[in-house]
Amino acid sequence: MQEELELKSLQKVEDFSKKIRENILNMAYLAGSSSAHIGGALSIADILSFLFVNKMKIELKNPLDENRDRFILSKGHACLAYYAGLCELGYISKDELKTFEKNNSNLLGHPVINRKLGIEFSNGSLGMGLSLGIGVAIASKKKKKKLNVFVILGDGECNEGSVWEGAMAAPNFKLDNLHVIIDRNNFQQTGSNKEIMDLGDLKKKWISFGWETIELDGHNLNELSNYFSKSDEIKKPKAIIANTIKGKGFSFSENDNSWHHGILTKSIYEKALSELNNKK
Amino acid sequence: MEINDKLIKIWSTIGPRATFGMAALEFSKKYEDLMIVTSDVSTSAGLDRFRKTYPEKYLDVGIAEQNMIGIAAGLSSEGFKVITTTFSPFQTARCCEQIKVNLGYMKHKVCMVGLASGLVLGTLGYTHCSIEDIGILRSIPSITIISPADSLETVKAIEASITHENSCYIRLTGSSNNPIVYNKDYNFEIGKSVKLKEGKDISIICSGAIVSECLKASEILEKKGISCEVVNMHTIKPVDKQAVIEATKKKLIVTVEEHNILGGLGSSVAEVKAQIKNSPEQIFIGVNDIYDKGGEYVFLKEKHGLSSEKIVENIQQNYNNDAI
Repeated sequence: MQEELELKSLQKVEDFSKKIRENILNMAYLAGSSSAHIGGALSIADILSFLFVNKMKIELKNPLDENRDRFILSKGHACLAYYAGLCELGYISKDELKTFEKNNSNLLGHPVINRKLGIEFSNGSLGMGLSLGIGVAIASKKKKKKLNVFVILGDGECNEGSVWEGAMAAPNFKLDNLHVIIDRNNFQQTGSNKEIMDLGDLKKKWISFGWETIELDGHNLNELSNYFSKSDEIKKPKAIIANTIKGKGFSFSENDNSWHHGILTKSIYEKALSELNNKK
Repeated sequence: MEINDKLIKIWSTIGPRATFGMAALEFSKKYEDLMIVTSDVSTSAGLDRFRKTYPEKYLDVGIAEQNMIGIAAGLSSEGFKVITTTFSPFQTARCCEQIKVNLGYMKHKVCMVGLASGLVLGTLGYTHCSIEDIGILRSIPSITIISPADSLETVKAIEASITHENSCYIRLTGSSNNPIVYNKDYNFEIGKSVKLKEGKDISIICSGAIVSECLKASEILEKKGISCEVVNMHTIKPVDKQAVIEATKKKLIVTVEEHNILGGLGSSVAEVKAQIKNSPEQIFIGVNDIYDKGGEYVFLKEKHGLSSEKIVENIQQNYNNDAI
């Protein structure tokens, strides 16, 4: 019975992530020649779906509920996935999605704080989201609220020194309500992590800073489910190194870093849609 | 909070930093949801007693100013009233982009107290002086900048900023034994300058600890037959436009600041003055866009033309009674 329920809920996540990918394609296609950060959005699509559907405490009709779990997309350029997910939650309308990167839009190429739409913070300048998350996590503890804070960092983002200021602080403040998910897709803007700035043993680094650190497959819903079903019991700040594939989900974009910021032409868009719809 | 003659004297003796620490204890009683976030400067900020008395309202993030602003913004976004503090260069330039994005762009409200700004730490070199802070922050929308003239004004400025709609940067200048500018309690309003002395020929517009030098200079000039008004422009952003417009009725405007002459008080006055027809000439007194040799505060004030004697000299040289 338990297993059946779990299967059912994971099917929900899978459906959600399919819709996210469809929304991403639609927005990127409409953005046209101004390009869109597709690769890094697709690499977090499954993690984000899992969090939104299966993990986070969120009020479907009320993005402002003060007891909601908080989500911070520190790698703000992956906002296509964020907007797509907020749309599926019902916070952003399909029509509003179509304004992506248009003049005066609420949905620019990096998130702009808009709590009514579910966008918790403005992000995009890398290395800032973790500190915000720490502030929110401390505030929640002071107010005796039982809520979790989830921060998604990019692996390239971990080049920023300010990430490590935060990494040092969270265990110091004993923030067991804070989860950091590192989207380990092995690429950054102009090349692989190894070519640009070798991150070395990322897991050891987070462990040495005092985080309960786990490495898992960021596209495998069973692994995500196994971990997050027990993560609240861990009385330390939690770092999840999620091994992912940049551009995940489409034959043309997987591990091709030209899709870090690329133009979705009509023919590629149509090909992608058919790939998505032909998936079981 | 209650203000009396005795307190004014004590604050003046201990200087702006320790005054901030004393006042913080009072603010904490008044504002339940207050948090003070620092980066390893509790002693320098006069906050040791606060740290012991209110450990739950005090957060030390270590020597990590970028993280300090991010955490402060996170706390603020959850409804806390937040004061951050560290030495001025680290409170402003070091975490400038965090201030831009978190406090400017997102408008999370934080009161930043920049310790020992200007030239007071000159013996430590220009890493620890701060002659750029106003220029840097003035270009960020939604940040109010206040430079109090003495310890009493420091207390009033911080209290006003706790309930102000925008994030504020409070620029503390001067040392212990700061001269008293205000002997008595007075009405402090963000954005509203205070005319400390009337005068008919020249308007001296100044802010921070250097206000007392300007007051002295104006008295010396008075005896030499040159009548100067002295305007304490404690809020540099938004600048008191009406006061500048009034000042353009004089024959000369002199701005005096313990800051680079580029981007600070002089610039903000000039930006208003430029829009007023037939306005008078302006003399910019301050650090002349240079990192010069360091040294003691009194020595550096003299060197950069900020002592009362140098201000008098400068004004005498530039103000020609007969020509006007």
